[in-house]
Amino acid sequence: MSDIAATDPLPKPKRDLAPILLPVALALLMIPLIGSTSSWLTLTVASLAMGMMIFIMASGLTLVFGLMDVLNFGHGAFIAVGAYVATLVLAPFAASIQADSLWMNLAVLAPAALLSMAVSGALGLVVERVLILPVYGQHLKQILMTTGGLIVAEQTLYALWGPQIIPMPLPTSLRGSFILGDVAIAKYRVLAMLIGLAIFIAIQLVLNRSKVGLLIRAGVENREMVEALGYRIRRLFLGVFMTGSALAGLGGVMWALYREQVHASMSDDLTVLIFIVVIIGGLGSIGGCFIGAILVAMVANYGGFLVPKLALVSNILLMVAILMWRPRGLYAVTSR
Amino acid sequence: MTDLLKLSGVHTHIGRYHILQGIDLAVPQGQVTMLLGRNGAGKTTTLRTIMGLWQASKGQIILAGERIESLATPDIARRGVGYVPESMAVFSDLTVKENLVLAARDGPLDDAQLDWIFGFFPALRRFWLSRAGSLSGGQKQMLSIARAIIEPRKLLLVDEPTKGLAPAIVMALIECLKEIKRKGATILLVEQNFFAARELGDNVLVMDNGTIVHRGEMAALAADVPLQERMLGLSLEAHQ
Repeated sequence: MSDIAATDPLPKPKRDLAPILLPVALALLMIPLIGSTSSWLTLTVASLAMGMMIFIMASGLTLVFGLMDVLNFGHGAFIAVGAYVATLVLAPFAASIQADSLWMNLAVLAPAALLSMAVSGALGLVVERVLILPVYGQHLKQILMTTGGLIVAEQTLYALWGPQIIPMPLPTSLRGSFILGDVAIAKYRVLAMLIGLAIFIAIQLVLNRSKVGLLIRAGVENREMVEALGYRIRRLFLGVFMTGSALAGLGGVMWALYREQVHASMSDDLTVLIFIVVIIGGLGSIGGCFIGAILVAMVANYGGFLVPKLALVSNILLMVAILMWRPRGLYAVTSR
Repeated sequence: MTDLLKLSGVHTHIGRYHILQGIDLAVPQGQVTMLLGRNGAGKTTTLRTIMGLWQASKGQIILAGERIESLATPDIARRGVGYVPESMAVFSDLTVKENLVLAARDGPLDDAQLDWIFGFFPALRRFWLSRAGSLSGGQKQMLSIARAIIEPRKLLLVDEPTKGLAPAIVMALIECLKEIKRKGATILLVEQNFFAARELGDNVLVMDNGTIVHRGEMAALAADVPLQERMLGLSLEAHQ
């Protein structure tokens, strides 16, 4: 035990770089296995783009898990609702989407994305107040309530839009690829990477440079003590829940454009991936979520290319491996 | 001397366990009241119930003339109650500065108050930008106390601040709490360290099985070895 007037400075906390190096090492390891540099680069860019979209959808969920210990199995509803709401803007302005002008495309895409975020965020407000508020601290009831909410949301989308798959074509200016030598990099994937990276940086800035961010980080670690300091963490949680829902809505729009289609159960497969990302990242850790999303996407893409038969279980195997290495995820910020 | 805090017939249930079984106590304004007792007597539960972290199932808790037993924890804190839990509960992912910024709820950090705190705990200045998780146990306890006094509070609830700390750090903490007391703070202090209790306490309450079994002046208990042995199962002399 050092005494109070200790003159020796504490050793600086070691930066935990191993999780950051993991996707880099995985990508490098794949070069000889894949053989072709152009295929490797294409798969890597596809992984990063997919990883960013999964990160956008998962970032809210990890904070909700970490901050309030709420198991929201209905998170996928915000993804589907976001995608459907975007069709309300994109369908009437199909001509602008098909115009060969980036600015005209963005003039429609941006309002569509913002409306999706607004509606998903508002839906988040309703879900938190109606479904989650009565079952705080009761995991089994949370699972039942949020799963029930997801089913109701999906069936409502079927009732309003019908059971058919709705096409959502990419805007003309985002079609095609950038050609670098013999490597083709899809334009939309580059955009997805940039948006994902911008959102990651924005979340990190909020978490590290603002008092609200400090409260969220502190609340993830010990919400009881945050309350004992006089902060109403339920309000904070509501804000985080709505923001997470809005981001899931944005992710839904981006995913629908990526797949160029929308359907009510589009989030079913994604939800599994998102939960894997949240778990392997460490509950409540945005950095862990970011790396976890990239890892999951890499394993899906590289695994699908190299061993297609393992594609279905590859992410489960990844989760098992990560949890054997770090049982509380890549970056453990809660004691759970 | 008026009572800043008063508990009347307070019961607390945690699950099916009946922990507090009708607590009656008063904490006079501007004094340090020690809450002593064996492990499991209900001392921590009493502090947590006052703080609203566990809801009282029955009884009244009155702070400065206002009933607070049904208020939420943040509302109790906003009425001027500072809490230093037994676990210290510093936010280990945040720096020392960030921990104190959060504790200064009503505005930016006050430089004069910070200097006063640094006077007791120079280590906090030294490790201002270090993550709280990298501090030693004693330094975490200093941070935990600093967080509770970074803004003026009516009442401080402090739970075993000397637990597990080296003697030098215990002495420093005692000096700090004495200084806080000299500034007129009202403190309800749970303590197992009888030496610290004697140094700090004006009044004493002894708990056993969820009830108050003794109340009086700390000096009287410190001078009465048979009473100490009867109430606490130990004597101050044996503890020094």
